[in-house]
Amino acid sequence: MRWVQILAVLVVALMPPALTAQEGASLAPAEASADLDEIQALLQEHRELIEESSRRTIAPAIDALASSGLPAAREVLRNWQEKELWQRQSDGLFFFVREAEGDDMVHLIDIATGEVVGTVDDGDLDQLKPNSGIRGLIGGALVQFQLRDDDPAMRAEGLQAIERGPEEGHLGILRTMIQEESDATLAARAERLERLMTISFGESEDARIEAIASFRGDTGVDVRAALNPLLATRREVIAGEAPEQPEGNLARELRPGSEALSRMDAYAMLVSADLAPAPMDASAQKSALAANIVDGRVGGIPVAELNTVKARDRAYIALASAGTVAPAATEAEIDAALESHSFLEWYRTPSADITRAAETTLGSIELALASSQGADLLLDALSLASIYFLAAIGLAITFGVMGVINMAHGEFIMMGAYTGYVVQQFVPNYTISLVVALPLAFAVTFAAGVALERLVIRWLYHRPLETLLATFGISIALQQLAKNIFGTQARPLTAPSWLDGALSFNDIISISYIRVAIFVLALVFLAFILLVLNRTRLGLEVRAVTQNPRMAAAMGINTSRINMLTFGLGSGIAGIAGVAIGLFAQVTSELGQGYIVQSFMTVVVGGVGNIWGTLAGAVLIGFFQKGIEWLNPSNTLAAQTYMILFIILFIQVRPRGIVALKGRAAEA
Amino acid sequence: MGDTFLTRRRSTPIFLICLAVLVLVVTLMSEPAGTGAISTSFLKTLGKTLCLCLVAVAMDLVWGYTGILSLGHMAFFGLGGYMIGMWLMYERTRLIVAESLAGAPIPPTDGEIVSAIASQIFGVVGSSDFPLVWMFAHSLPLQLALVVAVPGLLALVFGWLAFRSRVTGVYLSILTQAMTLALSLYLFQNDSGLRGNNGLSGLQNIPGLSGLPQSVISLWFFWGSALALALGYIFAAWIVSGKFGSVIRGIRDDEARVRFLGYPVEGFKLFVFTVTGIIAGIAGALYYPQAGIINPAELAPIASIYLAVWVAIGGRGRLYGAVIGAAFVSLVSTWFTGGQAPDIDLGVYTIQWVDWWLILLGVSFVLVTILAPQGIGGLFDLATRRRRKTSTGPDAGSLRAPEAAE
Repeated sequence: MRWVQILAVLVVALMPPALTAQEGASLAPAEASADLDEIQALLQEHRELIEESSRRTIAPAIDALASSGLPAAREVLRNWQEKELWQRQSDGLFFFVREAEGDDMVHLIDIATGEVVGTVDDGDLDQLKPNSGIRGLIGGALVQFQLRDDDPAMRAEGLQAIERGPEEGHLGILRTMIQEESDATLAARAERLERLMTISFGESEDARIEAIASFRGDTGVDVRAALNPLLATRREVIAGEAPEQPEGNLARELRPGSEALSRMDAYAMLVSADLAPAPMDASAQKSALAANIVDGRVGGIPVAELNTVKARDRAYIALASAGTVAPAATEAEIDAALESHSFLEWYRTPSADITRAAETTLGSIELALASSQGADLLLDALSLASIYFLAAIGLAITFGVMGVINMAHGEFIMMGAYTGYVVQQFVPNYTISLVVALPLAFAVTFAAGVALERLVIRWLYHRPLETLLATFGISIALQQLAKNIFGTQARPLTAPSWLDGALSFNDIISISYIRVAIFVLALVFLAFILLVLNRTRLGLEVRAVTQNPRMAAAMGINTSRINMLTFGLGSGIAGIAGVAIGLFAQVTSELGQGYIVQSFMTVVVGGVGNIWGTLAGAVLIGFFQKGIEWLNPSNTLAAQTYMILFIILFIQVRPRGIVALKGRAAEA
Repeated sequence: MGDTFLTRRRSTPIFLICLAVLVLVVTLMSEPAGTGAISTSFLKTLGKTLCLCLVAVAMDLVWGYTGILSLGHMAFFGLGGYMIGMWLMYERTRLIVAESLAGAPIPPTDGEIVSAIASQIFGVVGSSDFPLVWMFAHSLPLQLALVVAVPGLLALVFGWLAFRSRVTGVYLSILTQAMTLALSLYLFQNDSGLRGNNGLSGLQNIPGLSGLPQSVISLWFFWGSALALALGYIFAAWIVSGKFGSVIRGIRDDEARVRFLGYPVEGFKLFVFTVTGIIAGIAGALYYPQAGIINPAELAPIASIYLAVWVAIGGRGRLYGAVIGAAFVSLVSTWFTGGQAPDIDLGVYTIQWVDWWLILLGVSFVLVTILAPQGIGGLFDLATRRRRKTSTGPDAGSLRAPEAAE
């Protein structure tokens, strides 16, 4: 049907005036009829524009419809936008249509009354097909209807449309809406939008400045998007000194060679303004020299000697004085040229008051942003600390309480994560599978820990260095075993949907629910371990064995059993930590390896043999690492490097960690 | 011959003779100088293994004799490799650049050559300037000095910090491991100045020797590695045989008691730690030109732990044990992971050694640690019928005085 439209436009354009008049006459009965309602009359008035359907000329037609105040106007605009406005070829009247029975038959619906006025073949109708530009204009006009709609959702949609593409014309509509709006949320949103638009489209300078000032400390991205264009600048180079009374809104004068404007950039500005000759760069000089080799000499200097910058300069100057090449600006000339010109930066916004207000507001926004980022960083650090705490607490028990270095601790974490993965293969519901996986991971790694203690570690209690190496042997064997079973690619451990998303306080401060969950889990484990160690018989015996194994044995405590259970407990907690870590990290056979050194650091920094020490160590390391990342955000590898260096230095100051055991146990 | 350290320990001359015989046999079987029964790639493997033996001797000195379980000596090894690699890469790139610029109508300036080399070397990390650490890369003597100086200084500073705050035992092990990790993470960065995770490559091409076939160069490096191992072994044997050796063994067995006797324990430990760091650096400088490539993964903590594993399997507290352990485990490891070991078909499951070798290594290592703390070296005690009642090492009731006269 498009060709029909094009043809129609062509015909109208090419038609001699007489013919047009004749056609007008043939339509006369329709126009003359008294029952032509207002909306149809309005459409007919702008019929040519509508038929021409060009983005450049359509505006009056849309405006007329939008401002007509006719009840049907909105419906017409919406249908038109959705390509559901049709025109009868015979008399040019506009209709809505509805499909009727029979091939290509449609019901014609009168726009004003909404009644079916006839059934015709759709070949007799032209569909109006506005292009996307026109549809955008119609959408803009529709906004005012949306804002007046009874449905709050519709009004919200209208606001959203304005937010996407604010136009000066919207300001009035928006102000009317604010006065009538009953919904408080929408009213607040509209009010904010009104202020935001006043920044760009406000009638008076004072109104704009007031609007700008009202956004002080507002961290919204939209505010910055509205303010930043006000501070856009352009650069200009002028001869002589900068004027005392600048014409326009001068941002600042730039000094060549400063950070904002390098010396060569400044000279390039001079060159592009035709105020100075182009400088000679090394490669251009070289090719000029190469082009002028005469008998193995350039400007009298043998080619073989042109391997220094000085010789090349001399040769080039010789060529230039002979007139063979254009003289290039020397360094001294460049300096002189830069000296005799001023480099100015102008605001594109002419009013100095507005730019000043925008700068003040942006300054306060920066401050608010910084504090928000600080809070966000604290949350991140807290979450990292809880991850380290979870990973390290099992180690703190085995290393701290038993003095046994378990290099396979990381592999217990991995084992826990894979347990979670395997459970998900059998239990499709993620929530239930998580509930199953947590105790199962504990059980699996508890058993593995007990087996490791019985089979390996108990034979090596008096040889700590060899325990370290033997458990390392276990570690590489377990890693390879996991690789053989699960392959090298990462396995997904999917979090239940209620852990998706993030808890956000504003545009900047947010934390994902998984991290919140890990934080909670870390707290639960802290409480659990403290409870076990301080309130149970097992805990009492564990503490006794920690302080003096031989005396404990003399008091009738089965130290061998206590060691086994302690090791199992520490390993089991590693398994649960593995499930938690697997929820946000990739589950691979190397999962645990990434945490093992950090875990050791946490225990060593915190102080061996004390849960509170581990907590302090995790908090210190987590916060420190995030702090370094904040100073150098692009480089997390550097952050880890510096953190380890810091720990090495920290050990200098407190060799036994933050919370050091005192007395005999300290030497054990 | 009088009563020198060479005669007092019978194992030293025996070892040196064995090494000499090995060099002779390999030379006679090599491609350029003999029958060609040993391929160039295997010759390289042998040369690399000798370097690993040298670093294992250093590890034995620091762990087996002084009782410091350092998990950082492969970092010194890698640093040595980086130091020599910088010169190899710089010089080779310089030759290539000079050749390509020689055809230009205007001869290049020194500045142009350097910047062309820099953009060749650092193009992969998006840079074209030489970082400060490369300031000596143009000079072989300076860079050779750095092979000794950089690992030595790092060991000195780290050791001084660690020993003065009396960090001992497993704490020290973890701290050295952290140092290694920090170093390798640092080198993994692109802006570390050493090409990030690309590392240095093409090191097997020795500048100025491009006319020689790799087989000849490999043989030279094999000889060089053997010589270094011999000298390192003699040096280590000399250290552990005299009074100095008695003191460091004393430190291993009971540090506090040696301190009470008035010995500056920290000084002894620092000396051993630094000297072994330097030996490791030299071994690395010989190893990586044969390997051809070095990247930060080579410095990862796991490499240092493997080093400890070699020494433990070979038998720590005896120098030849360390050599045997390093040679045995690394050669067997090459054999298994190289796909040469035959698969075992169990009917329901086929054991492919590429996948199962690490499990075998891990488990056998655990078994050696528990059941045979003497390692492979312990077999020699059986052979010489000098069965010990107790073990050497820092453990309770270990053999002390007789070990000194071994």
